[in-house]
Amino acid sequence: MFFDSDLLMSALRALTPILLAALGGAICERAGVFNIGLEGMMLMGCFTAVATSWFTGSPWLGVLAAALAAAAYSLILAVGTVTLRGDAVVLGVAMNLLAVGLTSFLLRTIFGVQGTFDDPSLAGLPLIGGLSPLAYLSWAAVAVAAVMLSRHVWGLRLRGVGEAPDAAATLGVSPAKYKYAAVLLSGVLCGLAGAQLALGNVTLFTENMTAGRGWIAVVAVMLGRALPLGVLLAALLFGLAEAAGFRLQGLGLPQQATDAAPYVVTLGALFLTTARRRRRVRPSSTGAAS
Amino acid sequence: MNNRILGALRSPITFSVLAGVLIGALFLVGTGADPVAAYEAVLTGSLGADGIGSTLTTGTSVLGMALALAIPLRAGLINLGGDGQLVLGGITAAVTGLYSPLPAPLTVVLALLAGMAAGALYAALAALCENHFGVPLLVSSLLLSYPAVSLASYLARYPLKEPGSSLPQTRALPDGVALPAFGDSTVTWGLVLVVLAAAAYWFTDQRTAIGYEIRMTGLNARFSAYAGVERRGLTLKLMSVSGATAGLVGAIGVLSFPYRFVDGSLTAPGYTWTGLTAALLATAAPLGTVIASFFFAVLQVGGLAMERTTEVPRELTQVLQAIVIVFLAARLRFPSRWFNRRKEAV
Repeated sequence: MFFDSDLLMSALRALTPILLAALGGAICERAGVFNIGLEGMMLMGCFTAVATSWFTGSPWLGVLAAALAAAAYSLILAVGTVTLRGDAVVLGVAMNLLAVGLTSFLLRTIFGVQGTFDDPSLAGLPLIGGLSPLAYLSWAAVAVAAVMLSRHVWGLRLRGVGEAPDAAATLGVSPAKYKYAAVLLSGVLCGLAGAQLALGNVTLFTENMTAGRGWIAVVAVMLGRALPLGVLLAALLFGLAEAAGFRLQGLGLPQQATDAAPYVVTLGALFLTTARRRRRVRPSSTGAAS
Repeated sequence: MNNRILGALRSPITFSVLAGVLIGALFLVGTGADPVAAYEAVLTGSLGADGIGSTLTTGTSVLGMALALAIPLRAGLINLGGDGQLVLGGITAAVTGLYSPLPAPLTVVLALLAGMAAGALYAALAALCENHFGVPLLVSSLLLSYPAVSLASYLARYPLKEPGSSLPQTRALPDGVALPAFGDSTVTWGLVLVVLAAAAYWFTDQRTAIGYEIRMTGLNARFSAYAGVERRGLTLKLMSVSGATAGLVGAIGVLSFPYRFVDGSLTAPGYTWTGLTAALLATAAPLGTVIASFFFAVLQVGGLAMERTTEVPRELTQVLQAIVIVFLAARLRFPSRWFNRRKEAV
């Protein structure tokens, strides 16, 4: 059978890193910071997780270090866009490039290998019911983010900062503080996403191992309209596409076709949702706005 | 000090490049290497007699991709799908080169045009996604890139694979189906084509009405829309030209050594991202894009030389590139206070 519990489990494994990163992106979006550096932050998380786990023998310290390192890395975006008012898109692109270069450089200087670091003594995360603890954490994070953003005063202020920074400022809420917090939080979540990718799904580090997942996360934020539950659904769609791709590969489809599947599915979903949204909007704004 | 020199020193670009070089030096010291020796190896390895040919070959691709990204960037549009357009241009040129019944010189021209057409059509698809479905160009172009790269990889590995070879590559192009090279070097007429494209971009940008419209859109999209620039049409046109340029780079890559499409050989060196970095560094200005592309080609080729002589990984040059752009994006520059205080002291 094509749709069975194995497929679902493999989809759940595939969606965890996307979900964590996309949740970070959604929080940034709500605070009014466009974050396309998710890919780079995740990659920094991957490398730090593997390096720390290898040197300390503890995958948990790896997870912690990944979160801290990616948060520190996210400071580039926070300082660049909030304090120095730089261009978020250019900064994000540069951060993604820097992460690829930096992790490959460190891989060679620290481990002396090129391409992949894969050692039997490298400790990965334990599995609980077939999934890493970070998978459960990611679902909890969705719930927490949903409650925070819709109920808690901190989340409401964050949204206020994103939607009307001047109005928020007149109420005594510092937009800069909330934006910094949102970006740093996205760093932590991307770090966890990276740790999951490098110590949960597999136990190794490969150059550029995020391979576009950070970009998928950016799209998931758009698809899910920066709502935690929407982001969860978008990530699930991607996870299913990736899992179905693996399954089809097992049935003899060439790897290239299945590699492309998640991107095509994501693009298709983006089409459908934006096209439908537009049609709904059209009657009120007769032609002129479109 | 001369005011113009002072102005140039204080420009964000100078600052970013200097900051990149300095932070790179810190990395070098951190790995126990001598920064002066390493940077010297970069320069001699890329500009010396042994390296200059390689720098110009790499520069052809980097400049081509930088132009491809600069053209829409000038209007504030970012085309992140360069890899897909580049690869489709390459595979289309390879198929044309292999199966065209025309004589060799005409086949070369046809292959170049076919590569450009493939790139242009694919980039136009991304523009249509933005225009008609509201998918942001940044995202549509990037997401479309992955299936294109996968498709080309599939073609090179299965239907078009060279029989009997263990490598994922097409058959070699027939004799004569190649861009003429200069002497014994690897530098081909591709360089001339790309430089001509740069000249055409400069002319359009500086001397024509459409170039003015593009720049105005980049500076203030709402104002230019008010002034009558039709945004959707402009997006479609700019993306087509951008994709055609990327496709040209792919075709040049196939019509030069090794005269075939090899899976990964167009995307692995990261021309798209290096080109994007160069275009961003120059804020898409034509002359600046040429200079920045040459600078990055020097870094890329010099990085290999540095790795050979000093054992510092070549990835360092990639780090350097990104640091330059990080600083530039944050619009850092020498604080004016430094200079004012100095002036008062003198």
